[in-house]
Amino acid sequence: MAEFEPVLLRNVGVENSASLKVYTQRGGYRSAAKALKMNPENVVEEVKRANLRGRGGAGFPAGVKWGFLPKGRKITYLCVNADESEPPTFSNRVLMENDPHQLLEGILIAGYATRTTTAYIYMRVEFHEQFHILQKAVDEAYEAGWLGKNIQGSGYSLDCYIHRGAGAYVCGEETGLIESLEGKRGQPRIKPPFPAVEGLFHKPTVVNNVETLCCVPHIIERGADWFTSVGPPHSTGPKLFCISGPVKRPGCYEAAMDITVRDLVYGEQFGGGMSDGKELKAVMPGGVSMGIITADEIDCKLDFEDPRNYGLLGLGTSAAVVIDTDTDMRDVLYNICRFFGTESCGQCTHCREGTAWAMRIADRLRKGAGRKEDLDVLVDVANNMGMMPGMNICGLSDGAAFPIRMIVEKFRAEFEEHIRNQRPGRVLEVLETLR
Amino acid sequence: MSWKTLDRHTPQFDSEAPPLIGAALKQKILNFVPRYETSLAALLPALHMAQETLGYLSDQALVEIARILDIPPSRVLDTASFYTHYWRKPRGRKVVMVCRSISCEVTGGREVLAECKRLLGIDEHETTPDGEYSLVTEECLAGCDHGPCMLVGEKLHKHVRPEQVKDILADPNNDRIDGPRSSLYDGLKTDGKKTETAE
Repeated sequence: MAEFEPVLLRNVGVENSASLKVYTQRGGYRSAAKALKMNPENVVEEVKRANLRGRGGAGFPAGVKWGFLPKGRKITYLCVNADESEPPTFSNRVLMENDPHQLLEGILIAGYATRTTTAYIYMRVEFHEQFHILQKAVDEAYEAGWLGKNIQGSGYSLDCYIHRGAGAYVCGEETGLIESLEGKRGQPRIKPPFPAVEGLFHKPTVVNNVETLCCVPHIIERGADWFTSVGPPHSTGPKLFCISGPVKRPGCYEAAMDITVRDLVYGEQFGGGMSDGKELKAVMPGGVSMGIITADEIDCKLDFEDPRNYGLLGLGTSAAVVIDTDTDMRDVLYNICRFFGTESCGQCTHCREGTAWAMRIADRLRKGAGRKEDLDVLVDVANNMGMMPGMNICGLSDGAAFPIRMIVEKFRAEFEEHIRNQRPGRVLEVLETLR
Repeated sequence: MSWKTLDRHTPQFDSEAPPLIGAALKQKILNFVPRYETSLAALLPALHMAQETLGYLSDQALVEIARILDIPPSRVLDTASFYTHYWRKPRGRKVVMVCRSISCEVTGGREVLAECKRLLGIDEHETTPDGEYSLVTEECLAGCDHGPCMLVGEKLHKHVRPEQVKDILADPNNDRIDGPRSSLYDGLKTDGKKTETAE
């Protein structure tokens, strides 16, 4: 793990970092000016060469995504996915509240490269403070001529609007986001056609994550070679890692993708170790939908490839939640089952029924009424919800199946003991006394 | 968001009743339409602004929005019933949202929720008799590094300990944020009566 100088978070902690004045003083909008003088194809080529993989969870290369847009199109839309709802992810929040102009510069460059006419920032409605900060930044950018008609005399025009969601996890899926932007229920669409061909209002559409777009200005400014020099070859560039739960320094940290979960939890410049003398039991290193690893497996590298060796679905959002030995795994299981149960959009039978059944079984387990066969049933339900991505319209069902199966399999002994004892979880007892 | 099968919905309102959405709010909704290719796409902002103004989205409000945007009322109901942030029944002036996701849970979110219930004397999805607070739980407020957290109105309260809940609820400015504020999605102030909009 080499010394690392933050790039994406370089303005965090600077006074008034959200203002256009401070942003331009610190070198902002330089790469946008540079990009506007380049040929759009060359901008796409540079991002392709940098191998910028999507930061939203799936890890699909952004440049390749832009390349899928059909030739000869008249209208192109850019949707910015700021519907960050995956527990325990908050890196987009940190970027938007501290450095909104970095995002707008990324939108401008991505928009120019894909010849976008209008960009929509789909922001979850729970982000109130962030909405107001970003809206002020958009207004400033319009005033300074970095958005709007004929940007900086280049002949390129781009409108940028913030569209607020209304509370649905599934709208973080790209086609769910598009449906929601169109004013409908946020139910994902069947693919193909992919959004690049037929997306928002049936026009070619690019959907990119906030963090992905924030990387773009740095690629243009420092070059693709710099970007590929950071981190391992298959996982290039700086990345934000979130850590939360009972650690000394929960927060959002930037690093190359050569760190391990151990570094993130115990590293002095990251989590700083467990708080209050607690002991590590497990970590969910990529957001809840990627799965769980035990305390013995924390040498898992946080890049796009290594998590798969530990049975995880992928890197996900690289936001880790730490679970200590005081926490009952039955509560963790129930929390996750409930999350996916309430957030399933209800289109696909596997997902709608599977998450609901898993939630009921998990509820039974934590109340101390678990049955012997429950664990096998849970794994069976999870397997039917998605062994491999692709059985349902979107990935929510797979994202639910992975953690459910992994928690049951990796902590089976604990669950079996609780089923034998038939004792309700400690937390339920505590809450009873509070009533 | 709810996937539960609901009973067939028959809208019930007096078609002779004075309009809930006044000219100024109507104009504010129409200002959003040019942003999108279809007027349907302005529905989410329209519902937000109507809810901010009226407190909640009654059947009459949905039909009026449908007329303003020139879309079928069933479309409006379809969308409004999907998202958790649209209230189809009266809510309190301030909505308290306690995060119940995994990071907040392992740092003590359940105790905060229990304390909120105890102090407000209401359960989840209920409103206090004086109409001041409604209490709900939310899946992840993306404030995991500040867990446990709760959102009151627009303000996110961080690292909330159960013993602090009392002070937070007593603070009259507990729902206001510091820093810049945009009025873009705001409703228009009513004169106190839920059935009229001040122009």
